[in-house]
Amino acid sequence: MHEWVLAEGVISTALEVAEREGLSETTAIKIKMGELQQIDLEIFELALREIRQSQTPMVTNATAELEKEAAVLKYRVCEREWAFGDAPLADEERETIHFVPEIAHTYITCPGCKSPDFQFVKGRGVWIDSIVGR
Amino acid sequence: MIASTLALILSDLGYRVGLLDLDFCGPSTHAILGIDGVYPEEDKGIVPPQVHGIKFLTIVYYAGDNPSPLRGIDISNAMIELLAITRWGSLDFLIIDMPPGIGDATLDTVRLIKGVEFLVITTPPKVAMETVGKTLRILKEMGVPIIGVIENMKMAESSYVREQIRKIDVPFGGEIAFDRELEDSVGDAVRLLETDFAQNLKQIVLSTPAFKPQDGG
Ligand SMILES: Nc1ncnc2c1ncn2[C@@H]1O[C@H](COP(=O)(O)OP(=O)(O)O)[C@@H](O)[C@H]1O
Ligand SMILES: [Zn+2]
Repeated sequence: MHEWVLAEGVISTALEVAEREGLSETTAIKIKMGELQQIDLEIFELALREIRQSQTPMVTNATAELEKEAAVLKYRVCEREWAFGDAPLADEERETIHFVPEIAHTYITCPGCKSPDFQFVKGRGVWIDSIVGR
Repeated sequence: MIASTLALILSDLGYRVGLLDLDFCGPSTHAILGIDGVYPEEDKGIVPPQVHGIKFLTIVYYAGDNPSPLRGIDISNAMIELLAITRWGSLDFLIIDMPPGIGDATLDTVRLIKGVEFLVITTPPKVAMETVGKTLRILKEMGVPIIGVIENMKMAESSYVREQIRKIDVPFGGEIAFDRELEDSVGDAVRLLETDFAQNLKQIVLSTPAFKPQDGG
């Protein structure tokens, strides 16, 4: 499950930020996750909780708020934008995109111009939106 | 070819070896080693399957035999993703098969992988050496350690490549002769290890200090 690696990354980034900003305690972390990663929220929350407990008190008590961002693809040739959710994908294809989102280029082409040359304009990655502390 | 065979040789010598194919647009290590029907396991990340004693990871697990039309930024992101989620465990060597030249994969390898050292392969033609020379100069300028340069597919006696390497002032690793039989052993790891090509490469490995694991790698 790649949720664990991402949760570890979020916690270590939160720690770095807290240290840099001179916080003695963080109270809330808001995390955004792109649809492309297809994170299993339950597993991610579990991982987050466990990893947080094993860390310094600086993050153990913070609440974590998770929010998903829908993924949007924009084609470079025709400049059209499409929602990733509308792409006709088989389950295995969706599963592989969950591991490495760039694999989407292997399985998705533009419904209009048939090109695989798109960029992700939204919904890729996992990032910390905000950290509150004192 | 050299990356795959090098991984086999080091594994055969008893080292713990990983092999990562970073040639996303033209992955070939799975075909060279005859690896098919294996997939990574999911366990708090992905764990590469072990084949011929080697922990092996390729984009082919995810893309199958479909083409992956990736631009530079996609190559970087896919690389970061793979490096972040893969759990290699402890290894003596992680061998990375690179696409040719100093493109995104090479620049990102230098940027993202701590302790990386380059083994650079050239072939005898002057045009090939011309390009490889540029790669070597850039790597040197960036201060990236170069294990050595191997002149592969040597067909006739010539000191041209060796002299060029000396001029650039990087270590010459050795020569590997053109091996007529090599093509027939592609896809069969056991036969591959028995080829003159592999024997040649093994001699180079044994005489190169960087291939002792305590020196890093
Ligand atoms: N020493 C050699 N003798 C004969 N054939 C070789 C030798 N080295 C490589 N080849 C052949 O050349 C082809 C490309 O080699 P490879 O090392 O995979 O190139 P690259 O990594 O630059 O794409 C392979 O099919 C391989 O069988
Ligand atoms: Zn289009």
